[in-house]
Amino acid sequence: MMNRTKCLEALAARLTDDEIVVATYSAASEWVEMSDRALNYYSFGAMGLASSHGIGLALARPERRVIVLDGDGSLLMNLGTLVTVGAAAPTNLVHMVFCNGSYEANGGHPLPNPKVDFCAMAKAGGIANVRRIETLEEFEAQLPAILSEEGPIFVEMVIEQGPMGPRKYDDMYKEERRQRMREALGV
Amino acid sequence: MNAPVNATGVLHGAPIIKAVKEAGVSHVLSVPDIHTAGGLLTPIRNDPDFKLIRTCKEDEAFGIAAGLTYGAKRALILIQYTGFLYSMNAIRAIACEHNMPMCMMIGLLSKEVGVPPQESKKFGLRIIEPLLDVMGIERHYIDADEDVAVVAPAIRRAYENKHPVAMLVGRKPV
Repeated sequence: MMNRTKCLEALAARLTDDEIVVATYSAASEWVEMSDRALNYYSFGAMGLASSHGIGLALARPERRVIVLDGDGSLLMNLGTLVTVGAAAPTNLVHMVFCNGSYEANGGHPLPNPKVDFCAMAKAGGIANVRRIETLEEFEAQLPAILSEEGPIFVEMVIEQGPMGPRKYDDMYKEERRQRMREALGV
Repeated sequence: MNAPVNATGVLHGAPIIKAVKEAGVSHVLSVPDIHTAGGLLTPIRNDPDFKLIRTCKEDEAFGIAAGLTYGAKRALILIQYTGFLYSMNAIRAIACEHNMPMCMMIGLLSKEVGVPPQESKKFGLRIIEPLLDVMGIERHYIDADEDVAVVAPAIRRAYENKHPVAMLVGRKPV
């Protein structure tokens, strides 16, 4: 079982200025403190839609890798996305789901079934490149492939419970960040 | 503003599709709706000018459209009114609170011909326009070919001014 902060630090160390990172809820709360990049996109709006935002970005900007930092509670609110990703098949999309079996951002209550098999569901949804990672060493070893292989790629990250708050959503979603991203993308 | 009554007339899909293209839409995001499946979705599916993204539930389409917008692509969200109701939280957050140009084309399945949506016998149809109004979403009613002129300007305006727009398809397009 991994520590999410350590995983995000390993990811941040590998990224260039070119990738788009779509982060949501708990992962976003850590990412916003750790990595202040122009191409950070904080999934605003309804819970569960981070990967949907990611699909749109990946289809619109095929020259850039789009990495979605999702949570297991969030994904459960939009399971159909695994089928939509499988069908739309953006080759530049990485859907990374941090799984700790709980709605961490909502007080740490457990998922209806904390042992749900997301990799099996992603495969069944049509995503061929699926990985389940349980140790930091394994994650660091697989990162080069995750950041270069043809997608869509689904990564189930097995993590321990992280901090439950506070979360600075107002700062995360502020217009200045969104404007900076639009400028970085030339929109 | 309530939808006008139009007991006669016909609504063709082709001019609607032409108008959507003229407005620069490249992507159509849809869950099939029997009201628009034949007249709009089928020709869109077969049109090489559009990239059709099929979603499993309607709220996904709003997330995808937001991402496309940040990537400078224009999208049309083609759904049934029940899907609009299902997506209310995504619309509230993405379209309204974050001022995103979400362009919705909403099929009013089973609306009685010549009856304004707010006077329909169906509860679900009666509440659509009031809900759009209370959310401050610009709306247009497309019930016959002469109404199609609003489509391209409405989509362009949504993208230029960063706001959502709903185009309600009253009559089943042919």
